[in-house]
Amino acid sequence: MPLIEVRNLCREYSGRQVLKDLSFDVQNGEICVLVGPNGAGKTTLLRMLDLLDEPTTGRILFDGKEIDYSADDKVAMRRRIGMVFQQTVLFNMNVFDNVAYGLTVKNEDKRSVEKKVKTALELVQLRNFESKNALTLSGGEAQRVALAQALVTEPELLLLDEPTANLDPRNVSIFEEALLRVNRERKTTMIMATHNMFQAQNVAHRVAVLNEGRIERIGTFQEVFGMPSKFLVDFARLENVFSGVSKITGEGTSLIDVGNGLKIEAAFEKTGDITVFVRPEDVILSVNPIVSSARNSFEGRIVEVSDMGRIVKLKIKAGRDFRVQITKRSFNEMQLNVDSKVFLVFKASAVQPV
Amino acid sequence: MGTALVESVFSIDSEVLNVVLLSLKVSGTAVLIGALIGVPIGMVLGLKQFSGKQIVMRFVDLTLRSIINTFMGLPPVVVGLVVYLLLAGSGPLGPLGLLYTPTAMMMTQLIMVIPIIIGVTMSAVGSVEKTIREKALSLGATEGQAAWTVLSEARMGLLTAVIVAFGAAISEVGGIMITGGNIRWFTRTLTTAIVQEVNLGDFNRAITLGVILLLMAFATNLALTIIQLRGPKR
Repeated sequence: MPLIEVRNLCREYSGRQVLKDLSFDVQNGEICVLVGPNGAGKTTLLRMLDLLDEPTTGRILFDGKEIDYSADDKVAMRRRIGMVFQQTVLFNMNVFDNVAYGLTVKNEDKRSVEKKVKTALELVQLRNFESKNALTLSGGEAQRVALAQALVTEPELLLLDEPTANLDPRNVSIFEEALLRVNRERKTTMIMATHNMFQAQNVAHRVAVLNEGRIERIGTFQEVFGMPSKFLVDFARLENVFSGVSKITGEGTSLIDVGNGLKIEAAFEKTGDITVFVRPEDVILSVNPIVSSARNSFEGRIVEVSDMGRIVKLKIKAGRDFRVQITKRSFNEMQLNVDSKVFLVFKASAVQPV
Repeated sequence: MGTALVESVFSIDSEVLNVVLLSLKVSGTAVLIGALIGVPIGMVLGLKQFSGKQIVMRFVDLTLRSIINTFMGLPPVVVGLVVYLLLAGSGPLGPLGLLYTPTAMMMTQLIMVIPIIIGVTMSAVGSVEKTIREKALSLGATEGQAAWTVLSEARMGLLTAVIVAFGAAISEVGGIMITGGNIRWFTRTLTTAIVQEVNLGDFNRAITLGVILLLMAFATNLALTIIQLRGPKR
């Protein structure tokens, strides 16, 4: 059963259409991730869901009941919803009072407040931070306190507006871990806006691509990013995009000459100019040439290494430049470094037309 | 001359003490009453959000803010003149017989500091209003609780307003000269005394008073700087 039903939602700011006839559902217990460029309407949508803004036309149903934006008392509704803003806002008080805020405004008794604050701080791995002044924390710690503030009241719906945009990888992973745990244990429904593809892949049950106030696509990460549109290539910064001339070489296969002596085999039949891409995670890396069923195997040299935390992104020169993504562990075990000679292997079916 | 100056600077006689105390009393009272009036007005103006639909309210709001900004830079001499005309024998408040009294000086400075206190309070509250209010509301606060949180977060700004106003009042001279009359042992303050001593050519005494005034201004600003350094980084 859907917890949130958005129906024909429109929002206009002095003549500018920010949201254009938006309709979608979010199921109970689901993590729905909104991706899209700045100005796509993600923040506006989240603010409406938190009753901080109201639709020009259209409506939102929460748990089957239409949200009444004209009601004087929006408090009861807001208390069922938590929100974490992109810009961390904490009060000039200690961490305990900050986290307890959502409970003290409801006049909860002291013992229960203490217990809940402790649990919330443990969730974001900030044990023993209670007495610190919130304004002296690092950016990552502060945003984790903000998450604890939103979680302490155990909301049915948690809204997250690019919450990890300014955090380092370690804080991001603690933040995501807390989200996944809360979703698993409390079945909290979450709607999160992000620019980060890895984050969408890590946490989303479903991804909605928002562009210019419209939902372009909605579905699982695979469904949405498996067959990207031109907009997605641009927004998602697709890598290993090659343009060349394709020739049919047999039943169900084509060979694409992408220049520099590089010919890529693809599992489709196409002739003429074409643009294809290979996702970095679909490329297998080996130190020695391997015999496999994969139709594409190229020798190359590592020219760039970027450490992204748990994974490592490599740039490999093999006629054309390839971006490959492997785990930190494989990277270490294979003893790779800049200038290492490697073989790139990928299946013809991993080559996808844009 | 040199030793005479040093002696003079360190010999704080009873008249100097009287002048210092009167300065503190007049400016302190003006700022205290000014804060009682100005802080709540500044809070309300800082908290009040006029939505785009209410064009009339927006116009009123803009006009009010412009007036406050203008009055924040009100020349003290002009305030002094207006208060003089009010309190003079033939003026509307003439029968009260307040002209050339510390009360008249206090009234002058009060009129001067109220716009300053309103203005600084308003901008302190306004600067945290949107983010703090929305944060509080999103955490389930009522509008009243959210407003209280905004004011509490702006508390450093309110202190700043009071200190800025005191700094302006203690160093003001034109207004209280007109309404107080610079009467010895009665309405003579640090600033008016300096003018007097310079006119009489007693520069040693003028410098002594100047140093005291400077120290007081320094102490005020030191307090302000400490507050701003300790305040939230927003």
